[in-house]
Amino acid sequence: MSHENMNLTLKVWRQKNTQTPGKFVTYKAEGISPDMSFLEMLDVVNESLIKKQEDPIHFDHDCREGICGSCSLYINGRPHGPKRAITTCQLHMRSFNDGDTVTIEPWRSAAFPVIKDLATDRSAFDRIQQAGGFISVNTGGVPDANSTPIPKVVADEAFNSATCIGCGACVAACKNASAMLFTSAKITQLGLLPQGQPERWSRVQAMVKQMDKEGFGNCTNTGACEAECPKEITLMNISRMNNDFFSAKLFREEHTHDHSGNG
Amino acid sequence: MSEFKQTFNSSLGKKLIMALTGLFLCTFLIVHVGGNLLLFKHDDGFAFNSYANFLTHFPPIEVIAYILYFFIILHSVYALVLTIKNRRARPVGYAVTTKSPTSWSSKNMGLLGSILLLFIVIHMGDFWFTYKYKDILPFKEYRTNLATNETTVSEYKPEVPTFERSISVENNVEIVRVKDLHSRIQWSFSHLWYVVFYVIAMFAVSFHLLHGFQSAFKTLGWVHKKYDGIVSFIGTWLFAVIIPLLFALMPIVYYFQSLGK
Repeated sequence: MSHENMNLTLKVWRQKNTQTPGKFVTYKAEGISPDMSFLEMLDVVNESLIKKQEDPIHFDHDCREGICGSCSLYINGRPHGPKRAITTCQLHMRSFNDGDTVTIEPWRSAAFPVIKDLATDRSAFDRIQQAGGFISVNTGGVPDANSTPIPKVVADEAFNSATCIGCGACVAACKNASAMLFTSAKITQLGLLPQGQPERWSRVQAMVKQMDKEGFGNCTNTGACEAECPKEITLMNISRMNNDFFSAKLFREEHTHDHSGNG
Repeated sequence: MSEFKQTFNSSLGKKLIMALTGLFLCTFLIVHVGGNLLLFKHDDGFAFNSYANFLTHFPPIEVIAYILYFFIILHSVYALVLTIKNRRARPVGYAVTTKSPTSWSSKNMGLLGSILLLFIVIHMGDFWFTYKYKDILPFKEYRTNLATNETTVSEYKPEVPTFERSISVENNVEIVRVKDLHSRIQWSFSHLWYVVFYVIAMFAVSFHLLHGFQSAFKTLGWVHKKYDGIVSFIGTWLFAVIIPLLFALMPIVYYFQSLGK
């Protein structure tokens, strides 16, 4: 592996705002250390743009350690770049070669409108979550620890689903721009645990309804989402969601509660 | 909107319809290929023509047949609706797409399905429509000596134009007079382009079901590691290999038989 600095050509999607159509603009990224993260490389490019009094490239980022779900970027045809199971902030420039051309695009989805450049509005995920991705805990005494036994295999599965950081790579990767991997992970993480049972059937209906409302596409079980998910959430979640949804709709008495978050 | 309507108008409800109609069409293929294996019998089409006659004159089968046609339409219409919705979900496409580690068939179900729909229209027009609604098929008479179980075959000219079929026994000889669909098949499959079209369509069946059968189970939520192996085995070997292969062999065998004549 080379430790010398490298020069890259970037083709970056620039878009002034949601309404204005965007286009690709080519930039040179020079003197890039292979030990930089992809976002740090963009920081360097932005520094040079600012020095030239040009508008810096807008992109989402926050924790820069792979757990917040803020960073995105569709890099050379893959969400979060060429490596498996990492986010863009965890992607290092050593994954590229000197002289490479790197195409950087925002998540493409009608439900994730571009705010500016590479930053997209992913509040559709928040609204899905708000529709039912919670448990209602009323006040009362603190329950004794271990009073609710949960088999380890079940806890493990629920925690696997709970690792979803809501970055939207599943939507970006899906040929149908479907949000079913995200939605199903958020349903499953609660649906598997005893605490999630009282609202299990209303939750799945409310969250699917909101997901449909946001204008995401429909799953065709292709599996690009699970292949690109930085947290390796599996398609099994979608099957669980389907099963719960059909059970709720076809075999359960309850109707959808008002899950506006006020009750 | 009623609860029921709401269910089937949701994204998951539409997928449920795709899965259930798709699985029904899969089971139909088993019956269809089973019956058509009679084409491989060397009996001048006696068994096959009797079978075709039974299918078109047995009321329960006719009812199921109309459910089948309805399901083909439903499956196609919902596929179209879902595809349009999926396209709308990504108005601006990507400039660069890398080959992701997903199967080719899963990404081309629409293309494969369109080939199949075209095939079904032509296939039904040629055999089903011709059999039921056109008076161009000749009749055959099969005389079976019930003592020796030997069958002789001859052309039969109906005395009345509305003649459908007849089965009678005279002097210990069973006489079966039926429409000769078998000769139509021989004629159709003597054309090379037609055989090629059929074989291409069977490739489409294979790849469509390679993804479709297993995908239906995922959509229904019937996924469990105890049964995944069985579902994937049946989806791959029965529906994507054995059934399309048997279907494809029919035009191929009949084509080579026509060359020998």
